[in-house]
Amino acid sequence: MMTFFYISAAVALISSVLAISRSNAVHALLYAIVSLLSVALIFFMLGAPFAAALEVVIYAGAIMVLFVFVIMMISSGPGSTQQERRWMNFRLWIGPSVLSAVLIIELFAVMSPPPEPMSAKPIIESKQVGIALMGPYMLGVELSSLLLTAGLVGAYHLGKRKDDAAQTEDVTIHD
Amino acid sequence: MTSVPAEYGLILAALLFAIGLAGVLARRNIIFILLSIEIMLNAAGLAFISAGSKWGQADGQVMFIFILVMAAAEVSVGLAIVLQLFHRIRTVNSDEANTMRG
Repeated sequence: MMTFFYISAAVALISSVLAISRSNAVHALLYAIVSLLSVALIFFMLGAPFAAALEVVIYAGAIMVLFVFVIMMISSGPGSTQQERRWMNFRLWIGPSVLSAVLIIELFAVMSPPPEPMSAKPIIESKQVGIALMGPYMLGVELSSLLLTAGLVGAYHLGKRKDDAAQTEDVTIHD
Repeated sequence: MTSVPAEYGLILAALLFAIGLAGVLARRNIIFILLSIEIMLNAAGLAFISAGSKWGQADGQVMFIFILVMAAAEVSVGLAIVLQLFHRIRTVNSDEANTMRG
């Protein structure tokens, strides 16, 4: 188990360093996704399979898709097709692909023995997490729902086109 | 088969946090700054999971879920601000955004 931990820790560190040091935003995103996946594997080894699943679904799935949206919206324009073609160049995908292949081989290696030997570290199931969430952490759940609502309203307000505001501004100036 | 000690998880979390902090300090592209903040939040979550795994309690994962919620709210507002900034000054360099107007 320690060897697996060392391998995924090395993958996490390497991909994080590459993620913050690339000049191209899409390459950085690919490496960041690999970093999140390796941290998810470490969660799995630490006996937190629910957190590992959440890490893959929400961090590597949803949040990174937001980043991809913003990068695509910012870089859309006349030169974007050319840029798209450059991003499709396979050489640029080799690094993240190799790191992900290491991770998936390691995932199969971790899961291939029956789960009994892994129970040296107690596995905390999602049931316990849910009971803790709905019991002593009820206030925190309510507060996070408020936070998500505030984030939704804030993102809607900031994402609104400013044309309406500019028009009203013009009206006030002409008045 | 020995299990992973929680201290190693904490050390890895500290290293990942340092990498994210270096990214925040070194990069000037706002998208990279947000990405580095994500790496730092992820490292904080790893620290919580390691501690929860050491004590065998579910509290670590609960705190990780709260961090996840906060990261989602933060990144949605942050990226909306990035889009707004890009519409106004046509760049994502944070050094260019040095003027304030009511």
